[in-house]
Amino acid sequence: MAVKIRKSRELSSSRASTGPIVGRSPKQIAWTRFKRNKVGVVSAIISVGVIVLSLLAPIVTRIIGVDPNTLHLDVLDVTGVPTLPHAGISMAHPLGLIPGTGRDLLAQLLYGSRISFMVAILTTSLTLFIGLVLGIVGGYFRGRVDAVLGRITDFLLSFPAFFMIVALSTPMVDRIQQTGIAKGNGARIVFLVFFLSFFGWPYFSRLIRSQAMSLRERDFVTAAQAMGSSNRRIIFRELLPNLWAPVIVFVSLSLPGYLAAESVFSFLGLGIQPPASTWGILLSNATRFVTTMPQFFIIVAGSLVLVVLAFNLTGDALRDALDPRNDR
Amino acid sequence: MSTETALFSIQNLTKHFPVKKSGVFNNQKALVKAVDGISLDIAEGETVGIVGESGCGKTTAGRSFLKLIEPTSGKIIYKGEDITNLKPGKMRPLRAELQIIFQDPYSALNPRQTIGNIISAPFEIQGITPDGGVKKEVQRLMERVGLNPEHFNRYPHEFSGGQRQRIGIARAIALKPKFVVADEPVSALDVSIQAQVINLLEDLKREDGITIVFIAHDLSVVQHISDRVVVMYLGKIMEISDSNNLYSAPRHPYTKALLSAVPQADPHIERTRERIILSGDLPSPMNPPSGCVFSTRCWKAQDICHSKTPEMVQVGQSQVACHFPE
Repeated sequence: MAVKIRKSRELSSSRASTGPIVGRSPKQIAWTRFKRNKVGVVSAIISVGVIVLSLLAPIVTRIIGVDPNTLHLDVLDVTGVPTLPHAGISMAHPLGLIPGTGRDLLAQLLYGSRISFMVAILTTSLTLFIGLVLGIVGGYFRGRVDAVLGRITDFLLSFPAFFMIVALSTPMVDRIQQTGIAKGNGARIVFLVFFLSFFGWPYFSRLIRSQAMSLRERDFVTAAQAMGSSNRRIIFRELLPNLWAPVIVFVSLSLPGYLAAESVFSFLGLGIQPPASTWGILLSNATRFVTTMPQFFIIVAGSLVLVVLAFNLTGDALRDALDPRNDR
Repeated sequence: MSTETALFSIQNLTKHFPVKKSGVFNNQKALVKAVDGISLDIAEGETVGIVGESGCGKTTAGRSFLKLIEPTSGKIIYKGEDITNLKPGKMRPLRAELQIIFQDPYSALNPRQTIGNIISAPFEIQGITPDGGVKKEVQRLMERVGLNPEHFNRYPHEFSGGQRQRIGIARAIALKPKFVVADEPVSALDVSIQAQVINLLEDLKREDGITIVFIAHDLSVVQHISDRVVVMYLGKIMEISDSNNLYSAPRHPYTKALLSAVPQADPHIERTRERIILSGDLPSPMNPPSGCVFSTRCWKAQDICHSKTPEMVQVGQSQVACHFPE
């Protein structure tokens, strides 16, 4: 006979017990791995720091002693460029003054980032929610529901979303204002968030659907069915915990994406309008002074690049840390 | 044994998977006949082995017994009640009595749940609180299957294949099931670990009187644990026989060929014994041969084998589906 049958249960249970044994969870392992990645840690600190600074903008500006709305018209020359040395960069104004109005650039960047981050965070959350729900529904239940959702995502993915935003920006914002949901820039924020999410969720939904489809065929899902588990329990207890890796990666990659998108649309005059300030508006403003006062452009564009890069690198580091095969 | 006295009985069970042929607008459908009309009565406390080569429908059969795959047609009768068309809600209380052990111990456990959570899931789903609380019962189960109960808070990736299989078994027996389908529970394990897991299953069978359907392709493992053995080929049952009888006196040519493939430990016997080597490949289950499905590879096949499907007949102590049984 090929198998030698022997009583060997003692082997595994006779192990010496040394106090309560607590296993390292996948989260703890991912955290140790993440900590080892220097670039990732620095990026994560920058990302979190920038969001905190943005949220605390009123307090931060008061501590530094700058004010976003004070005009310094007296120090500007006829073209609007500050006549102070180093384009106005001094102890009183750490990043200098904005040409044209003479406002403090640091304070404007901090306050401007609030709308930029708000658009990015709201859009990411909405995209995440829609993508997660529809992805799981399609991937887990399959069949006709999945076929319909699949065609909708195909349709949206093949749509020239950028041109739609260009074309629909003004009429849609007017419409939102008429319905009275929001006024002025509020309506523009609503428009941007909904439009970007509307065209953004199919990408994420595709990813989640494929994950859910592969997970539902795994034996632990069959085991849950064999125990009489409801679909609800399977989705929340068996599938979702296995999906949070793609979720975290998606969030960390789409936040900078939508941050940049807001800047692009505001830069083109399709998003938020002055006198409100966002990074896109500052950037648009900076292009007019790029020859006479390059510092302004470099600081604003540099901030955007730094934040986008920090978010992206954090996302990369998280993806590496969460991948169980990547056992460094 | 008859259907009336059997604990678990299936009648003419089939499972056909539709396969779409290529082309976007061409909806020509082909059927893979994974399980094609099998009938089997299983008595309480009995262990029935199902053997057959890869792709013969063993796993599909095992899963459709528990309605984890909806059968295409046929009947599943448990304790005299037809459960074939029971809705999930009506099925739920029965699920506590019908359980499954999986082949792949890596896919069978959710990597994001602790062992404690995995083994206590059956109690949570069925809404049962065992005497002494869930945690105590889970630790008792872990001890029962030979795991250290202090590993309660560990995650599946911290265990070896054999230990994971024990976790799967602990989960399957948590609610004291009456009927367990063990779907190749040892094929993914090392030989030494196979023995441990098989001993464990035998203990469960002896102490709790669990009825087991043991699916495997390793004939010696099946012979060791089973009371009766079912031989499957291409979705159909070829032969059903008592375990010892099947090995000493195989009636179906396919069983004979299968047994002749088992190597002998004694080199003298191994060198001189007669081996039956089947010609050709396993036919496609999308387009099985007419008549007897084994006829294309059978050395005894005659005209009738290609035209007429053989009925199950009693030959000696075996039931055989063959026109020319040994």
